[in-house]
Amino acid sequence: MERRSRSFYGLAVFFALFVLFLYGPILTIGILSFQGPQGGLTFPMNGVSLHWFHDLFQEQAVGDIWGAFRRSFGLGLIVMVTTVVVSVMAGLAFRKRFYGSGLLFYAAITSLVIPSILISLGVGLIFNQLGFKIHWATSGFGSQLTWTLPFGLLIMFAVFNRFDKSYEEAARDQGATAWQTLRHVVLPIIAPSLIGVALFGFTLSYDEFARTLLTAGSYNTLPLEIFGMTTNVTTPVIYALGTLTTVFSFVIIAVFLLVAWMIGKRRARMGSDAGKGV
Amino acid sequence: MHLKSRHVWGWLQAAPLAVVLLAFLIAPIIMIVIVSFWGATEFSIYPAFQFDNYEFLFGSQVTYRVFGATLKYAFITWALTLLIGFTVAYFLAFHVRSLTMQIALFLVCTIPFWTSNIIRMISWIPFLGRNGIANQTLISWGVIDEPLEWLLYSDFSVILAFVHLYTLFMVVPIFNTMMRIDKSLLEAARDNGASGLQTLVHVILPLTKPGIMIGTIFVVTLVMGDFITVRFMSGSQRANVGRLISNDIALLQYPSAAATAVVLLCTVLIVIAILLRFVNIRKEL
Repeated sequence: MERRSRSFYGLAVFFALFVLFLYGPILTIGILSFQGPQGGLTFPMNGVSLHWFHDLFQEQAVGDIWGAFRRSFGLGLIVMVTTVVVSVMAGLAFRKRFYGSGLLFYAAITSLVIPSILISLGVGLIFNQLGFKIHWATSGFGSQLTWTLPFGLLIMFAVFNRFDKSYEEAARDQGATAWQTLRHVVLPIIAPSLIGVALFGFTLSYDEFARTLLTAGSYNTLPLEIFGMTTNVTTPVIYALGTLTTVFSFVIIAVFLLVAWMIGKRRARMGSDAGKGV
Repeated sequence: MHLKSRHVWGWLQAAPLAVVLLAFLIAPIIMIVIVSFWGATEFSIYPAFQFDNYEFLFGSQVTYRVFGATLKYAFITWALTLLIGFTVAYFLAFHVRSLTMQIALFLVCTIPFWTSNIIRMISWIPFLGRNGIANQTLISWGVIDEPLEWLLYSDFSVILAFVHLYTLFMVVPIFNTMMRIDKSLLEAARDNGASGLQTLVHVILPLTKPGIMIGTIFVVTLVMGDFITVRFMSGSQRANVGRLISNDIALLQYPSAAATAVVLLCTVLIVIAILLRFVNIRKEL
């Protein structure tokens, strides 16, 4: 193997600094959330304790964060399932190049690049004028989909651009119906990518702020609750909450990645039955 | 397949997406355009067809200043994220040799994207504050005597947070494009005597342009549409268009907020239209 060039080491240092820049601040609040009871928002540490984590479980100290967490988690799951189903269907549709598909595609791109506050404002106005009650499960849900669906769709494009059509042709040649081809050939092949779509659907919803701001109604989701805390909470309890939800996010991401990795492994092991007889 | 049924099936499968976008994207935009012509009292809004909101908007010096500030944030953030994102992607795509390592390091770069932006902003406070880590370190090194006041709640912290939040929107598409560059092109360049830098400038850079464009669209639109980062990281001392809108909303001045939103949307769409002339997104995925 050829020797590493000097630029490699320079770039490696740059990359390491970038990673430090990405993760340094969150590590900092991770450490500071273990402040002693008398400690403040910055270093030095004034003792080490679980005081602020304990505070998270006291209703009066932080408001209804557990209710907010339950809502965010539930909403994340609904958005995740919806995003996967709608994205796959749309991904299949776009392979057919139907009339108006270009228009729909540009609508999806617009959905991605439109300033989030417009969705928040517009949906809020419509619900108000029509006399509907804004609620995280209706207006909030729809608003979040405008953020997660374009990502799901883009992933589906990436998947189907690399999709080998001869698998489908083979299935059809052997007499499979359209539904059977989809169910037993296409879906299993794209399954690992669907884990990716699900990951985007859940995490983007769970952390969504701008599009939910005016559309969540009287019951806040977790990011809204946390943002509310930034204006009136001046103790490390907010770091404890930040640390806890970030750890939760990391766990969720790890689970998704693990599942994707295991599917890949299993496929590598069982993928080909060539030479094994039937 | 029959021509007719192809279109029918296409629309049936795309229907859920179309319905969501119609109800929660197109309808809200139309609603905002309509309301931007309405009038408002202190407590309520009423249907009308008047240009007062736009006249006020374009007649005010504040508008131009705030749009200028928004474009300034977008441009500086774009330049920094491009520089950092390109370097990181270049390192990952061409200097890391095993695919497993590439994927692992790429994931390290993308994982923060799936965590909360609000928390990532909050996490700068202990670092940048008056008694924060940055000031303490600089003082203990003897670089400065007094704590720097401009680290937090300034343009500096706003742009720092933007770069922190959005650089991966550059890394991902640029890395994606770079991975699809045929390695034999690089060998050909080297065989013909090109130096590393020449290969970078004359081979890699032109071939990476689509990725750069997609990253640019993401970063520019995210920064232009932002209202929360500027509010939080500047301690409400700086303004951009998003904050102008959210302030109006807080005061229940929806028609005025809607008018500003329409102008912002037009600005963003014009910027994108210009950028899209350089790239075909669907082909690049």
